[in-house]
Amino acid sequence: MPNTGWDEFEIGAMLRTFEGAVDDIAGTLQEDRPYSPNSSFTASVADWRIEKPVFNKDYCIDCQFCWVYCPDISIISRDKKMLGIDMDHCKGCAICVEVCPTNPKSLLMFPEQADEEVEIANWPTKTTKEI
Amino acid sequence: MAFDKMELRDVEVWDGNFAAAQAMRQCQIDVVSAYPITPSTPIVEGYAKFLADGYVEGEYVMVESEHAAMSGCIGASAAGGRVATATSSQGFALMVETLYQASGMRLPIILNVVNRALAAPLNVNGDHSDMYLGRDSGWIQLDAYCPQDAYDLNFIAFKVAEDHDVRLPCMVHQDGFMTSHTAQGVHTLDDDTAYGFVGEFQPMNDMLDFEHPVTHGVQTEEDWHFEHKARQHHDLMTKVLPKIQDAFDAFEKLSGRKYNIVEKYDIDDADVAVVCMGTSVETAREVALEMREQGIKAGVVGIRVVRPFPFMQIRDALKDLKAIGALDRSSPNGAPGMLFNEIAGALFNTDTKALLSGYVYGLGGRDLTKKHLKDLFIELQANVDAGKVTTPLQQFIGVRGPKLQFL
Repeated sequence: MPNTGWDEFEIGAMLRTFEGAVDDIAGTLQEDRPYSPNSSFTASVADWRIEKPVFNKDYCIDCQFCWVYCPDISIISRDKKMLGIDMDHCKGCAICVEVCPTNPKSLLMFPEQADEEVEIANWPTKTTKEI
Repeated sequence: MAFDKMELRDVEVWDGNFAAAQAMRQCQIDVVSAYPITPSTPIVEGYAKFLADGYVEGEYVMVESEHAAMSGCIGASAAGGRVATATSSQGFALMVETLYQASGMRLPIILNVVNRALAAPLNVNGDHSDMYLGRDSGWIQLDAYCPQDAYDLNFIAFKVAEDHDVRLPCMVHQDGFMTSHTAQGVHTLDDDTAYGFVGEFQPMNDMLDFEHPVTHGVQTEEDWHFEHKARQHHDLMTKVLPKIQDAFDAFEKLSGRKYNIVEKYDIDDADVAVVCMGTSVETAREVALEMREQGIKAGVVGIRVVRPFPFMQIRDALKDLKAIGALDRSSPNGAPGMLFNEIAGALFNTDTKALLSGYVYGLGGRDLTKKHLKDLFIELQANVDAGKVTTPLQQFIGVRGPKLQFL
């Protein structure tokens, strides 16, 4: 693509999401879809992020709140089990952390360069409200 | 088809607005998204009535502004429908941002532009300021001189714009009030013949093709933008005029009415000629014939296709003239007029010795009288006799106060 000339692509400010014809996209998991190189699914925008969410599955109750609220479909959930985060597309907006209902939260924000294993090892403990 | 056909007489008495609305009805548009503005309102109003009365099957979307009207058209066109609307002046100006979207996205939307002056001062009457405002927007621009043209050119517009080799939006211009509100005899096509000419809409990369999902209106930066614009310009420069000629030829076979990319009237043996657009063409034709009785071999060139500009056709039409007057009905605001510049560009680097002078006239609906044109032809003949342009290169016609002339 990088050396494509003006006469070598389709007209219009238009890009095809998939290679060829597709059927039942709604019933096909993302990893099984024939995304074209023009689809943003195949492009990493990880460098847009300055803080990242870290997922601690020890506290997760698979409520799917993060999956519902993520504006970039970057929460990977299969069969209603939270698996992790699509770090190629997550922009670090922290909405998943905000909506996470567990105590302590199962998702927390850390600087991009933080080590995931270290942060999980030092995860905060349950907090109680002062009466 | 779930709509009624309309019985038309061979000749109907229509103004330009109603003629355009009838042509839109006969083309069976899927979506009209519109906002009213004088003097184009009766086009979309007329179309809405046809829809309400069951003569059209489609959607009519009333929106909150002209920006939204064209945006609605863009969405509907990208979805895969036949789409058209109408506007004028300030409404056109508000549409400009979306006009560039429509052409860049290669969506064959038809926009009837009833030409009107641009404020300030506010003015509802006809001049070509809005037409000139759209001339770099990447649209095809056709110009009607009378209600008959406004009717016929709508069919040409759909035929050319929707061609898969073209896929560019097209404006059909007519002069505010002088054409839009002046009723004349219009020769009609019956519904089946008219629809048969434009044919069924053939979608391309439509969003409603769920087997081939597409993203329309993507962003490109310095890496791709230039290639897209170059492609669009290439297609305007090489593909559109031949397709318009094909459509004109097919339309002549169908209706007997002949249109040309550049209209020439009494040009072949002419010494002097004016080049103009809109209703002025018809006035100038009448005056040119009268000048011939007085011994001045006068002719008229009318621009039928404003964009893409018919550079070669103009060069050819003007090559044997001795003096040319370029008539611009829009204030150039600090430059020679558009027609003056385009004609000068076309004739430069040729062997023609034609003397070119520019005239600005008719702003805000000011009449261009036969007397104006008579004086103009006499002036052009004086240039021929003197062998040079005897006046400044730019003059204003019909403005009160001291003579206004520049360059």
